[in-house]
Amino acid sequence: MIEIRDVRKSYGDTAVVQGVNLTLPRGGVTAIIGPNGAGKSTLLTMIGRLLPMSGGQILVDGIDVAHAASHALARRLSILRQDNHIAARLTVRDLVAFGRYPHSHGRLTREDGVHVARALDFLGLTHLADRFLDELSGGQRQRAHVAMVVCQDTDYILLDEPLNNLDMKHAVGMMQLMRRMADDLGKTIVVVLHDINFASCYADHIVAMRDGRVIREGAPAAIMTADAMRAIYDIDMHIEKIGGDRIGVFYRQPARD
Amino acid sequence: MTRTAAALAVFILLAVASLFAGVSDLTPGAVLAGDPAAINLLLTSRAPRTIAVVLAGGSVAIAGLIMQMLARNRFAEPSTSGTVDAASLGMLCATLLLPDMPVIVKMMVAAAFALAGAGLFMGVLARIPLSSPLVTPLVGLMLGNVIGAATSFIAYRYDLLQSLAAWSNGDFSTILRGRYELLWVAFALAALAWFTADRLTVAGLGRDFSVNLGLNYRRVLLFGLSIVAMVTAMVVTTVGMIPFLGLVAPNLASLALGDNMRRAIPLTALLGAGLALACDLLGRLVNYPFEIPIGTMMGVIGSMLFLYLLLGKRFRAG
Ligand SMILES: Nc1ncnc2c1ncn2[C@@H]1O[C@H](COP(=O)(O)OP(=O)(O)OP(=O)(O)O)[C@@H](O)[C@H]1O
Ligand SMILES: [Mg+2]
Repeated sequence: MIEIRDVRKSYGDTAVVQGVNLTLPRGGVTAIIGPNGAGKSTLLTMIGRLLPMSGGQILVDGIDVAHAASHALARRLSILRQDNHIAARLTVRDLVAFGRYPHSHGRLTREDGVHVARALDFLGLTHLADRFLDELSGGQRQRAHVAMVVCQDTDYILLDEPLNNLDMKHAVGMMQLMRRMADDLGKTIVVVLHDINFASCYADHIVAMRDGRVIREGAPAAIMTADAMRAIYDIDMHIEKIGGDRIGVFYRQPARD
Repeated sequence: MTRTAAALAVFILLAVASLFAGVSDLTPGAVLAGDPAAINLLLTSRAPRTIAVVLAGGSVAIAGLIMQMLARNRFAEPSTSGTVDAASLGMLCATLLLPDMPVIVKMMVAAAFALAGAGLFMGVLARIPLSSPLVTPLVGLMLGNVIGAATSFIAYRYDLLQSLAAWSNGDFSTILRGRYELLWVAFALAALAWFTADRLTVAGLGRDFSVNLGLNYRRVLLFGLSIVAMVTAMVVTTVGMIPFLGLVAPNLASLALGDNMRRAIPLTALLGAGLALACDLLGRLVNYPFEIPIGTMMGVIGSMLFLYLLLGKRFRAG
């Protein structure tokens, strides 16, 4: 369980996240949505202890992330940021294998090898395993980063816009992978998404942020309404039920003055 | 693997050539026949010199590799990060203020200055936007020049410009038994990096990846920079600075094997030692019987190699 209590982040006098109280249950996929600058990444990186909070508290399974031993937390929780630039020239396999670092500290066991192979397979990277990262396309590189986090095999996995750069097929594959990790492996996944329809189809729970606050929260059916979408994004969305899923259509907007 | 084997073969050839090249005649035959004069020359002068070149070359190359990983920049090395200049300043201060202390104490002072210089460099990098990969070495060179100017001024005032010149231009011609042994320590320190290769590689992924993987980023940074600082201080004060080596050797190794430090460190050390041997040997041969110091030779050969790397596709992505 992730408990977020009155969390706040400010830069100077500007609060970019404030008054956030959330409880995310164990297991399942939670999608964080909201417009650019809403504070999604800021919240996610604070949960992942990459960014210090200005106030409040975040507990993961009762452990305070701000004060926990980082190496112990690394076996429970992993995070991938929105933008990642790796300057080092590593092969895909090397990078993914470093996901085992919290468990093996560099001495890879047989079991670690199984995890590496599985993560490469999950992300469809087996045939690229021995390529250097700087020889990959943007989407392939994104998948390699996700594979590393998958290989870390933590109970909690935080992903910031993992669909970045992915084509449709791989985007669907990524969402299916999240579902599978939640359903089959019991993982808790928190993912920032911009594609609201992916959130609608694959998430168990949606958290909508705007201006640093959580403004809506609930099951996809509760969030996928024209009314909520206007409140979150300021756009008119036509919601259609297709095969049991709620799909939002918003490509044409009335002209504004 | 074959490339590593080839590098190893070339290295051994160079080492043997280095043992037998010089003004006074020394032939393998004489040594094998047990000629006492030949053996004496080998043990007191040629072997120490060759070993010193290998140790210095290998450790400078590894120090360059560590710096590049930690600064996450291909152009970083002790001499492009203010570290060499800070070490010279430290040695100068130690010479002036602690003249009666043993050389090892002065060395530690130089290492402490070098660490402060490297730390300052990393601190500045963390605070400015790195809009281009070239910003990093520019910051380092600027920092180095500022420190260097202060050092020259002090050296000028106290008539120590000659010592300063010795530190800033690598030269192995005065190496004899008893005057290079500290380089073993430098090499041992650099080799220590191999045992922490995984931590250094993770740190090379950057702070966020490191924290995610549970690594104590600051501690690894401090550890890595300390190795760089001590190696730099020891090499600069025993033989003087060898330019470009810490830049070229790691980049060549990375081109062949990538940056996973566990694989890159041995090849980097081998290439560094080989390059140093080649330059030292050439310096002894081109103007025979006079010597051109390795600092000058490496300046020429290293800069050409560096240009080659720079014009290759290596740095374009950056
Ligand atoms: N270092 C910083 N200093 C000042 N303001 C910042 C800093 N980092 C982020 N912000 C501001 O905080 C706000 C929230 O940023 P955040 O990255 O969390 O947005 P986001 O919801 O992830 O947006 P996006 O969808 O564009 O990724 C933005 O208005 C941003 O400008
Ligand atoms: Mg974001």
